[in-house]
Amino acid sequence: MMAAIKSMPMSGKVGAVLAACWLFLALFGPWLAPHSANEIVAYDVFEPLGGDYILGTDYIGRDVFSRILDGTRFTIFIPLLAAALACSVGTLIALYSAVSHPRTDEIISRFMDALISIPSKIFSLVMIAAFGSSVPILLTITAISYMPGSFRIARSLAVNVANLDFVTVARTRGESRLYLAVKEILPNILHPMLADFGLRFVFVVLLLSSLSFLGLGVQPPEADLGSLVRENLSGLAEGAPAVIVPAIAIATITIAVNLVIDSLRGAATYAARGR
Amino acid sequence: MKVIFQLIIKRIGLSIITLFIVSAVVFFIANLLPGDAAQEMLGQSATPEAVAALREAYGLNDPPLTRYAKWLTGLVTGDAGMSLANSRPVSELISSRLSKSLLLAGLTTVIAVPFAMLLGIVAAMYSGRRVDKIMNIATLSMVAVPEFLLATIFVLIFAVELNWLPSLSYIPADAGVYEYFRAFALPVATLCIVLSAQMARMTRAAVLEQLSQPYVEMALLKGSPLSRAVLRHALPNAVGPIVNAVALSLSYLLGGVVIVEVIFNYPGVASLMVDAVTNRDMPLLQACAMLFCTGYLILVLIADLSAILANPKLRTGG
Repeated sequence: MMAAIKSMPMSGKVGAVLAACWLFLALFGPWLAPHSANEIVAYDVFEPLGGDYILGTDYIGRDVFSRILDGTRFTIFIPLLAAALACSVGTLIALYSAVSHPRTDEIISRFMDALISIPSKIFSLVMIAAFGSSVPILLTITAISYMPGSFRIARSLAVNVANLDFVTVARTRGESRLYLAVKEILPNILHPMLADFGLRFVFVVLLLSSLSFLGLGVQPPEADLGSLVRENLSGLAEGAPAVIVPAIAIATITIAVNLVIDSLRGAATYAARGR
Repeated sequence: MKVIFQLIIKRIGLSIITLFIVSAVVFFIANLLPGDAAQEMLGQSATPEAVAALREAYGLNDPPLTRYAKWLTGLVTGDAGMSLANSRPVSELISSRLSKSLLLAGLTTVIAVPFAMLLGIVAAMYSGRRVDKIMNIATLSMVAVPEFLLATIFVLIFAVELNWLPSLSYIPADAGVYEYFRAFALPVATLCIVLSAQMARMTRAAVLEQLSQPYVEMALLKGSPLSRAVLRHALPNAVGPIVNAVALSLSYLLGGVVIVEVIFNYPGVASLMVDAVTNRDMPLLQACAMLFCTGYLILVLIADLSAILANPKLRTGG
């Protein structure tokens, strides 16, 4: 782990440090916050940066800094869980598909291809209209949206591995399909699937923030970073930091993770060339 | 030639099957919770008789499969039912907005495609050099930035600080070219940046793939300059993959347009769809969702067909 970070280019290191900071804030944010997230602390709304309140105040005079510290856990943990769900379920179905009869594989793949053809934002909008937008439902919706993509990648990796000699040997040895999937194929696709997990995380952060920005994501009194942008939109005309700062916060999370994945990928391709 | 033809027919057939599955998924998600649409329209104080009558009128009492079949045949014949929120035909609501969304998407495409291709080709030509590394980080960041951040920053700079452009996209009835430009500048710029970043990355990869081929090395070894090797040798072979990349990136536009139309109050299909979600107006929502999915499938189809047509092994019929 440390070696992997050390071998990264500068951009990757910056990304790793930033991502670690955000994870820390997501874990301990509510305790670090100087005020309670829903407490109205100032008479003035949309105060500028660096006054009594370091990131200003929002549209009803709450402390923006505290609200960001409080909202970060939604923006980090819902996507983390959703991405983990999407990747693990996608990988499991892909493993099953890869060791199954070609016809089963064909049916599963065709269905997943159809699901991929529904753009994630559109899919989420339909789901939210049907089921509402509580946190568990948002988690489920975002996980389902990105599961087929994970499946597609895991399946193409798994099919490649399934055709290699050592799997054929195991198969002729009479090993069960479960053994083939878990002991022979899974260890060999785990590493690329971790990179895929990072990508899914970025996708879900963006999707969830967009939904909250539309007012269809995390609902009041809770607020994630996307909700903060939405509720303060009326302050845009006076250039209030309450609008811009949460939006920039989201961007730093996603850019940081993207930089890490990109440099890990770069390292992986160099290693492959070296061999 | 025959092989290509068969492949194309097969690919189009697959798209139609996919569209069919998509329509089933959309319909059954939207109708999973059984018919409280009538209740919702009339409100809590409605009499049970009124609710029952309305359910009858909208065919909400039929079994789901019958309703699905009715809905699907309706869609194909251009009749998507009545909007629950304002009792107008869905097709009428959508058609008045569709041209506006297409205009926004079209303008974005016309600007973003040449720009992204230029970026992508330059990055591929100088791959590994400083220009490429800077562009890599820049495009990587732009891909990861939420559309509403770009939009709010643009509004802050050009509408609030400089006061050059309006922050909402309003087109008066007698608008001239200048009003059109002012109304479209910010939405189009926002979409262009997100789209170009994605497209430039994919174009770079497509060109780089060609540059690593032996024939390009040959061209370079015989002394042709890099620009000639790229423009005369690599680029003609990269056309298929580039069209593929462009079509795939354009599908990102479908998601971006949702946010941009809402933030700039632009009267397109995407903002109509968001309203439909807030009002739980299922007939309208389903029709909008199918419209977006069809658009997406067409783009992916174009991407795949260009890849098929560009494959020289298939072109010669071998």
